[in-house]
Amino acid sequence: MKKVFSTTYLIALLVMLYAPIVIIAIFSFTESKVLGNWTGFSTELYESLFSGGVNSSLVDAIKNTFVIALVAATASTALGTVAAIGINDLRYRKRRVVNFVNNIPILNPDIITGISLFLLFISLGVTQGYTTVILAHITFCTPYVVLSVMPRLTQMNPNIYEAALDLGATPLQAIRRVIIPEIRPGMISGFILAFTLSIDDFAVTIFTNGTDGLETLSTYIYADARKGGLTPELRALSTIILVVVLVLLIVVNYRARRQARRAEALHDEANFKKQARR
Amino acid sequence: MRNVIKFISRRRSWSLPYVLFMAVFIVVPLVLIMLYAFQAKGGGFSLENFERFINQPEAANTFIYSIGIALITTLICLVLGYPAAYILSRLKPSNASLVVMLFILPMWINVLVRTLATVALFDFLTLPLGEGALIFGMVYNFLPFMIYPIYNVLQKMDHSLIEAAEDLGATPRQVFTRVVLPLSVPGIVSGIMMVFMPTISTFAISELLTMNNIKLFGTTIQENINNGMWHYGAALSLIMLVIIGITSLFSDSSSEEGANEGGLL
Repeated sequence: MKKVFSTTYLIALLVMLYAPIVIIAIFSFTESKVLGNWTGFSTELYESLFSGGVNSSLVDAIKNTFVIALVAATASTALGTVAAIGINDLRYRKRRVVNFVNNIPILNPDIITGISLFLLFISLGVTQGYTTVILAHITFCTPYVVLSVMPRLTQMNPNIYEAALDLGATPLQAIRRVIIPEIRPGMISGFILAFTLSIDDFAVTIFTNGTDGLETLSTYIYADARKGGLTPELRALSTIILVVVLVLLIVVNYRARRQARRAEALHDEANFKKQARR
Repeated sequence: MRNVIKFISRRRSWSLPYVLFMAVFIVVPLVLIMLYAFQAKGGGFSLENFERFINQPEAANTFIYSIGIALITTLICLVLGYPAAYILSRLKPSNASLVVMLFILPMWINVLVRTLATVALFDFLTLPLGEGALIFGMVYNFLPFMIYPIYNVLQKMDHSLIEAAEDLGATPRQVFTRVVLPLSVPGIVSGIMMVFMPTISTFAISELLTMNNIKLFGTTIQENINNGMWHYGAALSLIMLVIIGITSLFSDSSSEEGANEGGLL
């Protein structure tokens, strides 16, 4: 009885969370301009998305979003990794200060980060555009890279690095051959995090994209919505993104499960042997 | 030359590029917000912007209203999210990871698209857009941020503590109120932070969900900045920063590690 209740509760919440998304997915298979108006089944939206039938500003916005995310994520992974290696070697007090400043963009609401950078760029007299958006994205992505690399560094045995030096490696060699391989998983998850944060960003971008009409997907959708409606092709695009992410997550989850099961089997076997020995 | 090599070889000097970067892109911009906030349009120190905020009932009311909406949203998220996190933490680990994933998945869709979809849902059910839609939209957007940190803490909780309490004769209710709930406080705190902070500062979501009828504080700030009222906009941003600062101080003192462990991803 209790179990039935808890399952029902979870399902109800999931239904609430997914209802809007399901509506988007369903209405991505009809041509109607307005979301919520069914005008018969059609794959027109998907076709026009891929054939370039959409207006070119949407295509540009999609391109910009990916270019900015790729550049910003790569730059912040590099900057954040180098920084983490350095921060880890700082004395306690300095490290605290650096970590505190590093946390500011994470705790700050996006709108504050956006406005503060906007004020920086106008004070410097910089024309806002691609460069300023990328710099702004690096600013709010790098702290997450630092945070995901840092635990790997602190967990690392410091003697390994010293050993490499004793065995004649130069410090740079030691970092490249000893430290980097240890922290690679942190770098990868930092990169992925930075990439998704950049793609999803709206508030920082809108304050730093200038007046030359540089649009990312988020600002495009915002402008679109203010004009009174979502470009229909965005329904198709959102559905595709959702399906791709869903498949990726299921694959990852399936692999993790299989590994867990294998570990469990090994564990059981070990237990069995232990008992048999008794 | 040798000095340069020596300098690069020390690992602590590797933090230098990022320290400089942070100085320019994090510290200076925040200082600029303060400078602009305490400056009149013509320049020179002045409290004009803050006087204007206090004397202008519209902005001050929006501010109080936004805090109210953020509190309600946070409360609803907590009431809905805690039981979900609790149930999730009791599932078999292999099933739990799948269900947790289902809760996080919607966040991969652009916030604005999700918000527009909420608008469509309300149209579809012929419900009016307005305060109700606003709160629903906020809860819908931020619920996963509440569930995840609480789930994280509950899942790592030592289950032998529960068994011990049961063995010692505690009723299920006592086990919950005396053992489970106190142990999950760090998760609750970081969940509250992760919902309250973004809800208080959103701007686009409220415009879309209320057909521009209800203004939140974030929208007021954005409008001022867009209309070239940088000084006033900066002053409003500073007021928001103070609120955020107070909230995070409050949560820091109640659980330092909870906020770190509970973070998404």
